[in-house]
Amino acid sequence: MTEKVKIRIDGEVIAATAGQTILEVARANDKYIPALCYMEGLSAVGACRLCMVEVSGVSRLLPACTTPVQEGLAVNTTSPQLQSHRKIALELLLVERNHVCAVCVSSGHCELQSLAQDHGVTHVRYPYNFPKLPVDTTHPRYVLDHNRCVLCSRCVRTCAEIEGAHVWDIANRGIQSRLVSEMKRPWGEATTCTSCGKCVQACPTGALAEKGYAVEEMTKKRAAVSRLTSMREGQ
Amino acid sequence: MDKRKIGTCWLDGCSGCHMSLLDMDEAIVGVLAKADIVFGPLVDAQEWPEGVDVAVIEGAVSSQDDLKLARTARARSKVVVALGDCAVTGNVPSMRNGIPTRKLLERVYVEGATVQPGVPTDGVPALLKQASPLHEAIAVDVHVPGCPPKPEAILMVLSDLLEGREPDLGSKLRFG
Repeated sequence: MTEKVKIRIDGEVIAATAGQTILEVARANDKYIPALCYMEGLSAVGACRLCMVEVSGVSRLLPACTTPVQEGLAVNTTSPQLQSHRKIALELLLVERNHVCAVCVSSGHCELQSLAQDHGVTHVRYPYNFPKLPVDTTHPRYVLDHNRCVLCSRCVRTCAEIEGAHVWDIANRGIQSRLVSEMKRPWGEATTCTSCGKCVQACPTGALAEKGYAVEEMTKKRAAVSRLTSMREGQ
Repeated sequence: MDKRKIGTCWLDGCSGCHMSLLDMDEAIVGVLAKADIVFGPLVDAQEWPEGVDVAVIEGAVSSQDDLKLARTARARSKVVVALGDCAVTGNVPSMRNGIPTRKLLERVYVEGATVQPGVPTDGVPALLKQASPLHEAIAVDVHVPGCPPKPEAILMVLSDLLEGREPDLGSKLRFG
């Protein structure tokens, strides 16, 4: 038996089901909360910090994607402080790697790019890191460009939870964190990779792409990946 | 009212942003009714004049000359606009930033040369260690990203500045 609860999002009373997260309830009711690492059909990990919201009675901000709702919960999603924090989070994502939109296959279809534009990021106020990063082209059909990776781990979760192959992982910590295939083997030598390409479709940026595309040409079918989970749940 | 003064220049860029500026077509006549372009690749002046109202700067800051020109433009202009992704983020010129300057020059001018290999030193400015966004070198008032920014975005920003409004790109904000 699912317990019904009532919560408030930006003052509006909304009916929800206990166990749902704030983000799920918000999206089901057309309330916009930005998110990058969250993808429907995958487990939520709270990695990107873009969905942080204010919950009354809680002194710190909470990620909407991992916080379950409960009766009487009151959430604020639009304060100037939150807008400012989201902008900072986006700027820090942009300085960490080399996001050169002008030469990226995903330009125009990139979630990081459109989030930055939607949030009025006209420029980045922090010094760029300009790391020297490799591009793994060993897979016959796909390419991994670390310059564009935001470490959202959507590929990791897609491969582990939907495809069941768990080729991807995040190695190291902090600024040294890197997406790795099969315990740091080149992607083309990863024997567990089924070459299904769902990780590519789930990637929000140009970090994972199909080979053979030029600038702005790589569009992704993210909804198709999410749909797999909902179809399985229906079985 | 006296005519305003616009100065433009390109540092480490491809001139695409200046092309986009010209791409506003006949709308530029309206801009020139309010202001004169007193410096830049489109006019003949040899030195950035004093008393410029709006400086429009394309390109990343990559060499000693870039830095010098950016500083002069800043000192002699009321408002500085960073035009395009190179000036705003470093963009393509910054893709060399992970490579030491000497290695980079040798790769291109020695290993990559079939005739007269050697890093040029005469008549060319020394490269800075990294190509950086304009706002890391000088104070920037308005950022207009895009590769290149759309002519409508440039026109809007110039019109706003010349009429004393603070420009807000809004939905015209775009990277790449």
